[in-house]
Amino acid sequence: MRIPVSLHIPVRHPENSGSSPIDPYVQLVTPDGVRVPDPLYDRWVEDIDGARLQELYIDMAVIRRIDTEATALQRQGELGLWPPLLGQEAAQIGSVRSLRSSDFVFPSYRENGVAYCRGVAVGELMRTWRGNAGAGWDPYTVNVAPTQVIIGAQALHAAGYAMGITRDGTDDAVISYFGDGATSQGDVSEAMVFAASFNSPVVFFCSNNQWAISEPVTLQAQVPIANRAPGFGIPSIRVDGNDVLAVMAATREALDRARSGNGPTFIEAVTYRMGPHTTADDPTRYRDSAELERWRVKDPLSRLQALLDAMGLFTEEFAAESSRRADAVAAELREACLGMPDPGPADVFAHVYSEPNSWLDRQQEQYSRYLSGFAGEENR
Amino acid sequence: MLREFRLPDLGEGLTESEILNWHVSVGDTVELNQVIADVETAKAVVELPSPYAGIVARLHEQAGTVVEVGSPIVSFEVATPAGADADGSGTGGESAPAKREPNLVGYGAVPDAVGRPARRRRGAAAAADPVPVPVTAAAPAAVTGAVAVAAAAPAVSAAPAPVRERPRSTPPVRKLARDMGVDLTGVQGSGPGGLVVRADIVRAALPAADTASATAAPAAAGPQGCAGREERTPVSGMRKHTAAAMVASAFTAPHATVFLTVDITPTMELLKRLKQQPAFDGLKLSPLTLAAKAVCLALRRYPSLNSRWDEAAREIVRYNYVNLGIAAATPRGLMVPNIKDAQALSLHGLAAAVTALAQTARDGKTPQADLAGGTISISNVGVFGVDAGTPILNPGEAGILALGAVRRQPWEYEGEIALRSVMTLSLSFDHRLVDGEQGAGFLSDVGAVLADPLLALAMA
Repeated sequence: MRIPVSLHIPVRHPENSGSSPIDPYVQLVTPDGVRVPDPLYDRWVEDIDGARLQELYIDMAVIRRIDTEATALQRQGELGLWPPLLGQEAAQIGSVRSLRSSDFVFPSYRENGVAYCRGVAVGELMRTWRGNAGAGWDPYTVNVAPTQVIIGAQALHAAGYAMGITRDGTDDAVISYFGDGATSQGDVSEAMVFAASFNSPVVFFCSNNQWAISEPVTLQAQVPIANRAPGFGIPSIRVDGNDVLAVMAATREALDRARSGNGPTFIEAVTYRMGPHTTADDPTRYRDSAELERWRVKDPLSRLQALLDAMGLFTEEFAAESSRRADAVAAELREACLGMPDPGPADVFAHVYSEPNSWLDRQQEQYSRYLSGFAGEENR
Repeated sequence: MLREFRLPDLGEGLTESEILNWHVSVGDTVELNQVIADVETAKAVVELPSPYAGIVARLHEQAGTVVEVGSPIVSFEVATPAGADADGSGTGGESAPAKREPNLVGYGAVPDAVGRPARRRRGAAAAADPVPVPVTAAAPAAVTGAVAVAAAAPAVSAAPAPVRERPRSTPPVRKLARDMGVDLTGVQGSGPGGLVVRADIVRAALPAADTASATAAPAAAGPQGCAGREERTPVSGMRKHTAAAMVASAFTAPHATVFLTVDITPTMELLKRLKQQPAFDGLKLSPLTLAAKAVCLALRRYPSLNSRWDEAAREIVRYNYVNLGIAAATPRGLMVPNIKDAQALSLHGLAAAVTALAQTARDGKTPQADLAGGTISISNVGVFGVDAGTPILNPGEAGILALGAVRRQPWEYEGEIALRSVMTLSLSFDHRLVDGEQGAGFLSDVGAVLADPLLALAMA
C-alpha cells in the first residue's frame, strides 16, 4: 500500500500557515551556508561531493544569467514577454538535475531553467517568448513538453503520460511543475486524483514562490500546500526550495518511489519569486519591500556560495569561470534571439495535428489564397 | 553608426508609456543592458536597459513625456560591426525616410499615427517649467511644433493650484481619467481608503461636459475637464485608406468632368413595370440598375473609358471586361466594391449583383476580392439629394459616373412643357486616357439609354 505521508498536519495553523517560516521543512544547507545533517534525507545526496556542488552552482548562475538577459531583451522590445525565475534557481536545478534523460518533464511557463538544463537550445527557449512559435522545441528530443501557459493544465498531462509509462512497463518517471496558485485549479486536483487512483509514476513539483501574481499564498492555502496531497492519498514533502541540496534529496526520493512502483509524490518547494510575475507586472504595487529583503538573505546562490567557500572551493578562478560561462550563455542567447528569422504566415498550421488533416489543409489552402490576394499591394 | 531605439511595448498590449526619468545624458558612454531610463506603463514602472553599447547621441523625448509605443526615444552612436553596413534596421537617422520596417515582437503593430505624443505635466517641478518655445521649422524633420504647443497651453492657462499628491487609483481608472480629461489630483476618491474609482472620474468629468449643470460642477473637473471646442481623431482605418486613395487618384490622374441632364421618365416607367415581374422580386430596382447597364453598353463604343494608365510600363491597359464599381456608403465609410464581368450580365443579373453588393457592403462584410480589380465606377450621389458633382476617380480607373437625384420638374416634352423625371449625370475621366470627345460621347450614350431604354436593344 501507500507509504505513510511524511508530513500530515491536518490542523489549521493559527496564522500565516502557507508561508510561515515556522512550518517545518527539509533543509540540508542553511541560508548561512552551513550543512546540517538530516537522518532521513542525507542518504539521498551522499554522492554530491564538492565538484558536483560546483556544477550545481554554475547551473544556477547560468540560469540566473539567462533570466537577466531575457528580461533585458523584453525591455528592449525583442521579447514579447518573459516570466522571471530569479530566486527560484535551486528549486529548478535541484529537481531537474535529479532526472534521467528518459524521464519526461511537463513544465509551466517559468521552468525555463529546467528546459535549458534538459538540453533545449537558448534560441529555442526564446522562440515562444518572442512570439515566433507556439512551442519552441521538439518535446521528444529533450523529453520536455512545450511551455504551458494554462495554469495547472500540465499536471493533467503529466498524470496521463505517467499512466502511459505504467502501461509501457518502463521505470521512467514524470515530473510536473506548477506554482502555488495552480494548486487552486481544478486541473491539479483532478491530476492528483488520477495519479493516486492509478498509482502513476509522477512527481507533482509545486514551486511555492509565495505569490500567485498579486495574491499571497496565505490567501489560498490555510494550511501548507503540501498538506493537501495526503487527502488525495499522495505522500507529500515540504522542502526548502532555496536549498538546492534539499530539493535534490526530496526529488530523488520521489523519483525512486515512482520508479519502484509506489506511485506519485507531491513536493512543495518553499521558495520566493524575487522578481515580478512576468515582465508585465510590477510587484512593488502589492508587495512589501521588507518581505523581499527577508527572502534575499535566503538566496539560493549565496548560500551555496557560502557552503563552497567554507569548503575552500569558491576560489577566484571558480568564480571567474562561473561568470564566464554564464556570460557566454547570455551572449549566445542574445545573438540567437536577435537573429531569429520571422515565421511565415503558414507556420501557424504546422504542428496543429501530428497527422495530415484534410480540414486543416483546406483552411491552409484558403488562407494562402487569401494572402495571395494582397500580392498587388506594395510593402505589405 | 547611428542606432535608434524605439519604445517597445513593455507590458502586454500597451500603446504608450511615460518616461519618468533618464539615467543618461547625451554624450554618455553606455554598456549593453545598462539601465538608461525608468518608464511607467499602465501596468508597471520598469527600468529600461540599453540595447546597445555605445554613446548616447540623442534623447528624442524628455522625462515626463508620454510616448507612443514605437516612437524613437533615444539614439546611440554604435561602433559599426564589420560587414554590418547592409543592415537596414534601426539606422533611421533624422533624415531617414519613414520606411516600413519589420516589426519587433514587443512593439505591437507598427504605429501608423503621425500624431506627436502629448505631454503630460505632473508635479510641482513640471508645472514650474517654462512653456516650451514652439519648435521652429529648423527643428528635426520629424518634430511638429504645433501639437507640443497646443498640449502645453492648458498647463499654462491653468491656475497653478497647490500641487497635491496624486490620489491612489488603479491603472484602468488613470487611463479613464486621461481619456476623459480629468485631472486626478483634484478628484476625491470614494473607494476604500480614498481610492479613486471609475464613478469618481465620471462624476468629475460630467459637469464639465454638460454645460447645463455647469453651476454644480465641482472644482475637481479642472480646466482640462472641458471637452473643448474642437475634437481630434487619429486618422486610421477606412478614413486613412479613403484619404490615401483620393490623394493618389486626384494627384496622378488629371480629372476632367462633363455633365448631362436628361429626362429619364421612360426609365422610371420601365422600372415600374419591371417591378411587377416576378423575376425581379426582392431585387432593388433603381435608375442605378439601368445606369449600370447603360455604362456597359456605352463602353463598347468608348472603350478608352475602361482602361488603365500603367505608368511603370509606359503602357495603356485596355480591359476587355467590365468590373463595375458601385460606390457604397457603409457604416465604416466609403467602399467601392465591384461587379465582376458586368458586361456579361443581363439587367436582371445586374440588379441581383447590385443588390447583393450593397447589402454586403452595408453589413461590413465586403471581401477584399470585391474591392480589388475594378475598371470603372458609378457613384449614386443622388440618394443624398444632390444633382451633380465632380467625382474623383477610383484609383487606377479611367472613368466614374455620378448619378444625381431624380427630380420631377418642368421639361420640354414633345414640343410642350411637361412635368418629367429629370436627372443630371456627371462623368469624371482621366484626361490622359480619355479625350473630351470620347468622354462626352460616352456620357451622351449613357444619357440616351436612360432617356430611352429601348435604345439598349439597338446598342446590345
